[in-house]
Amino acid sequence: MSVNDYFIISIFLFAIAVAGIFINRKNLILILMCVELILLSVNFNFIAFSEIYQDFSGQIFVFFILTVAAAEAAIGLAILITLFRHKKSIYIDDLNELKG
Amino acid sequence: MVTDLVFFTSVAILMISAMGVITSNNPVHSALFLVSCFFQSSVLWLLLEAEFLAIALIVIYVGAVMVLFLYVVMMLDIRKNQHKQSVSSILPIGIGISILFIAELIFALSGTNVVQTRDTGVLSNPNNTEALGIELYTNYLVEFELASIILLLGIIAAISLTLHRRPGLKKQEISQQVSVSKKDRLKVVQVRSGEGA
Repeated sequence: MSVNDYFIISIFLFAIAVAGIFINRKNLILILMCVELILLSVNFNFIAFSEIYQDFSGQIFVFFILTVAAAEAAIGLAILITLFRHKKSIYIDDLNELKG
Repeated sequence: MVTDLVFFTSVAILMISAMGVITSNNPVHSALFLVSCFFQSSVLWLLLEAEFLAIALIVIYVGAVMVLFLYVVMMLDIRKNQHKQSVSSILPIGIGISILFIAELIFALSGTNVVQTRDTGVLSNPNNTEALGIELYTNYLVEFELASIILLLGIIAAISLTLHRRPGLKKQEISQQVSVSKKDRLKVVQVRSGEGA
């Protein structure tokens, strides 16, 4: 185990999450979960570099990413609930108001 | 040796859970797999001397965000209107793009030579939480306050989006209750004897 292994974890986690967005593109709530996975993989990079360079900036940044991710999840789920109340569905195929 | 064992076990469970998140049909299972991902990540962060963030990940994500996710998944009536998912047409594109990502990032990583500086003890002196706090409150104070504003914004946005007023809802109007006077409620009637109901 070396610190460089964490980059590999980060890369694979990111790739899995991106593939998840494509696979579950019909379901809004699973897309939100995949975004959380992407944020997690980014955090891995920050913490690994923080350890490599013995610098606190990486950990501070992860702290702020956690804050922003919590706010983002709360607002995203609130939008999801409003959407469900309005359309009775959370599937992206049903969101065709603009006919785009 | 023990560290290696913990590392590889955690990585294996992390990757399996991540695959579970994106492949399971039931969103509740996806959310629980994501919880498992966060637990394994927290173990891996502990190995990188980020003790405070490891605990914060569990407290914030598992304790708050994923519970919120589970609540929303269980509140919404998803099972009833489950659509036929046509993944087969889009699956090759998704896998292709993620393989492209992996190839690009590994290519980028193999070109660079990241040299680890020796452990100066900055990250764990006197301990990780205290050092992080000192750093946060001296050099990053403005950002810290901005983060609090972001959280406040999140609270206001979430409440104002989900609060909805149904018509015909019976509720208390405190100001009207308090400002009621005797003549609104009490009516004195003169009843002559023998004519009462």
